[in-house]
Amino acid sequence: MLTIAVASGKGGTGKTTVTANLAVWLASQNVDVAALDCDVEEPNLHLFLRPVWTKTTPENVPVPEVDEERCLGEECRKCVDLCRFKSLIMMAGSVMVFPELCHGCGLCTLACPARAIREGAREIGVVRTGATAGADSARIPVVGGEMRIGEAMAPPLILAVKRTAPASAVRLIDCPPGTSCPVIASLGGADLAVLVTEPTPFGLHDLELAVGVLRKMDIPFGVVINRDGMGDDRTHRYLEREGIPLLGTLPHSAEAAHCYSEGRLHVDALPGFREAYASIWENIRTLAAREVSR
Amino acid sequence: MKELVVISGKGGTGKTTVTAALAALAGHKVMADCDVDAADLHLVLAPENRTATEFYSGQVAVIDPERCIRCGECATNCRYEAIDADFTVHKEHCEGCGVCAYVCPTDAAGMIERMCGHWYSSETRFGKMIHAHLGIGEENSGKLVTTVRKEARKAAEEVGAELIITDGPPGVGCPVIASLGGTDLALAVAEPTLSALHDLKRVHKLTRHFQVPMMAVVNKADINPLLTEEIRNWCTESGVEIAGVLPYDQIVTDAQIHGLSVVEHDPDGFGQHMRSVWDKVSRKLFA
Repeated sequence: MLTIAVASGKGGTGKTTVTANLAVWLASQNVDVAALDCDVEEPNLHLFLRPVWTKTTPENVPVPEVDEERCLGEECRKCVDLCRFKSLIMMAGSVMVFPELCHGCGLCTLACPARAIREGAREIGVVRTGATAGADSARIPVVGGEMRIGEAMAPPLILAVKRTAPASAVRLIDCPPGTSCPVIASLGGADLAVLVTEPTPFGLHDLELAVGVLRKMDIPFGVVINRDGMGDDRTHRYLEREGIPLLGTLPHSAEAAHCYSEGRLHVDALPGFREAYASIWENIRTLAAREVSR
Repeated sequence: MKELVVISGKGGTGKTTVTAALAALAGHKVMADCDVDAADLHLVLAPENRTATEFYSGQVAVIDPERCIRCGECATNCRYEAIDADFTVHKEHCEGCGVCAYVCPTDAAGMIERMCGHWYSSETRFGKMIHAHLGIGEENSGKLVTTVRKEARKAAEEVGAELIITDGPPGVGCPVIASLGGTDLALAVAEPTLSALHDLKRVHKLTRHFQVPMMAVVNKADINPLLTEEIRNWCTESGVEIAGVLPYDQIVTDAQIHGLSVVEHDPDGFGQHMRSVWDKVSRKLFA
């Protein structure tokens, strides 16, 4: 299995566009491909791939439940004192749990001398699985997560999406933006990453941050410049200077923007985009081959 | 003192462009960049004279190889796969929970304070600005956002500013939650795309959850006039006042390339649109 993470420091550069179009193009070439939406805060991949969801599974993180009968109360306090997330407090001699603050590490359960803590569950969101409509050969399995509004813990849900996804020759992961924990969780285990950027100062600045993440995680990567022509050539120059492979460019056009706005795929609707994705795929394969032999 | 936060469910809709434009228009204010993951506001506001302060949050595990007997208790009990087969801690996976330190029979595993990034206090041509940089793969961006907001309030009190304009992070997760709570008004920037509409609805749920009033700006409206209409209708039905509908204009990218706000770069064109947005926003804020 070749796992390809599609990422970018900044939001709105075209990660989802590239993931969806590449998935559909690969399926049209009879490549066994699955698409994963790991942007669980703002999942958008389904708007483009329009899968029929066949299964929705709530994803839980463990939270402590305290058996008051067994709890030793004020004289013990072990769980309360050990919890670094302040999700347990002592109130009037009994332990109170704040599930929203809990990271599910299990320390309280492990430490309780009276075995008074067992682990219950808090729902952080759902994982959906399904497939795109279409003939059997072109059917793409899609897995996506959606975080509950007001929930702050994305990584466990992201890992659940990856765990749930079927095995396939190529796995495409639509990552969240940024450089913090959700991105790290999405990138983990990827064979290579495709960074999508736009040629503007904001785009370049955030690309540099994403490059920092991938170098730190030691994941090979290349760049796709989306909306090429909208800004200046600083991004092209940066890639040359840094010796970063340019996997391809996608042109800036009003038609492309309109097409995207309606959730339509560029490879289906616009001339030239199939060739662009064919070339991007060729470059991804070259990069993957080079990295395997490294 | 009022706090205005510019948000968007989806990234790339133009939050920073709008924030910078409002910074150019508003009177006595302080700016805060709460997009600590991928801050861009400084590219337009060109902050100077910054003081940098290290930001610590939570803890991270360290294993002393001298004391480690390689029993494996730490790795077995760690739920975040933060300890590998060589008993090296992977900082980016460590939640700082302390399970490893608790189970280690030889006290080889311990916890130290975690340096997650920096926050800066700077001067810009529009006034004081507080911004931050989160280290790569660091968590707790929510807490860094909280620090930025706290420092921005302090700075605003010091200079007697009546307003804080905050560039918010995208999404609906922990950094946005930290940016939103207790603010006076959220201005959501949306573009007329299915993705942005989907995310606008999610972020609206969040503002209601925190009982923060929300206004909306539709950016790049002519990409899809039909969807622009749909956003308008949705806003009307949901009681979200529209502060403005902005056209798609290359001048916005040009302003960015020149390191200027659109108000400075195109005062008579796009700048006028932003002036009208600011009129509506300030009326609502200071009503």
